[in-house]
Amino acid sequence: MKIDSLDPRINRANLDGDSKQGELDPMDHFQTYEVFEQKKRGTHHIHVGSVHAPSSELAMMFAKEQYSRRGQCVNLWVVKTSEILATQYEDADIFETTASKHHRDPNSYKVMDRIKAFKERQKQNA
Amino acid sequence: MEFNDKHVMGLKDLLYRMADDLLILGHRNSEWTGLGPILEEDIAFSSMAQDKIGQSLALYEILQELGESDPDTVAFTRNAEQFHSCHLVEMPIGEYDFSLVRHFFFDHQSALRMEMLVDTVVEPLQMVARKFKGEIKYHTMHADTWLKQLAATEESRLRIQTAINESFSMALGMFESSDYEKELIEANIFGGEDELKAKWYETVSEKLMAFGYTIPSLDSEASNGGRKGQHTEYLQPLLDEMTEVFSIDPAADW
Repeated sequence: MKIDSLDPRINRANLDGDSKQGELDPMDHFQTYEVFEQKKRGTHHIHVGSVHAPSSELAMMFAKEQYSRRGQCVNLWVVKTSEILATQYEDADIFETTASKHHRDPNSYKVMDRIKAFKERQKQNA
Repeated sequence: MEFNDKHVMGLKDLLYRMADDLLILGHRNSEWTGLGPILEEDIAFSSMAQDKIGQSLALYEILQELGESDPDTVAFTRNAEQFHSCHLVEMPIGEYDFSLVRHFFFDHQSALRMEMLVDTVVEPLQMVARKFKGEIKYHTMHADTWLKQLAATEESRLRIQTAINESFSMALGMFESSDYEKELIEANIFGGEDELKAKWYETVSEKLMAFGYTIPSLDSEASNGGRKGQHTEYLQPLLDEMTEVFSIDPAADW
């Protein structure tokens, strides 16, 4: 039976309600690409999500509308999700030791003090 | 150069062509919203449809400065024969192959027309041409990317090729001469439909051939008449639907 909808666009599509239309074979799904957005030149690209696409070029077109439609963006990367090598969550214990190694943290450097002092000097020289 | 009546009439006709094309195609393409082939494409195509409505508004605002009615009145209260849009944009959305080919043909035309208008003596139009340059560039990139992608398999290549062949005469209708070509050119308002058509054909034929399609000859018959208010049977029903809500209460506050 034909689908009768309140939405004229659905009616125009002439969809058969009994058909198997819309059922997808698992292979019909496009692969996913991960999207990385750069807000300003020189800053890091940040992962913002993923898109389905048949090619990296179309993934780029989709990523632009999906993720940079609102707000500032100067550059996008897309990369096939399958190309990303990730750690296993069950191996998360490999990160545990780092927490106790405070000597690896740069906390004891008085960097900000030096930067402030430098800026002061610059201001006075200007 | 001082504009005479013919210059102003020519400019208004040019603005109506551009704005009406964008409004009608924007509305047509929005009919895919919710029905697009995949979610990502649905969002991209709908977003570009909205861009087109926005661009048409900017052009109707220039027309208002030239003494025409306000954008809502102009967009929602005219009948089909008062529209200057070409036949290509009023065709129903058909299958996605046709909608993509129309998007490709139309948006390259739009990009090149805006490029020619970057140096127009009409300052507000110059500003519009500059403002939407990036937006339209994305639209053409999107169309190019799809047509390149769909050349990859025999079935999809054939479907696109068929849509190219079937919509070509309507695409040529985008460049129907205006009664004021001479005036527009001499006053440096616009370089003219013939120059635009030549640039467009060079661009789209180069791209289509690179992707692996063929393109009909420029001598093919053009589906003209739209620019003079002679439309196909498809425009009036579109207008009826587009103005349905507005007609209930034209004075409503939004």
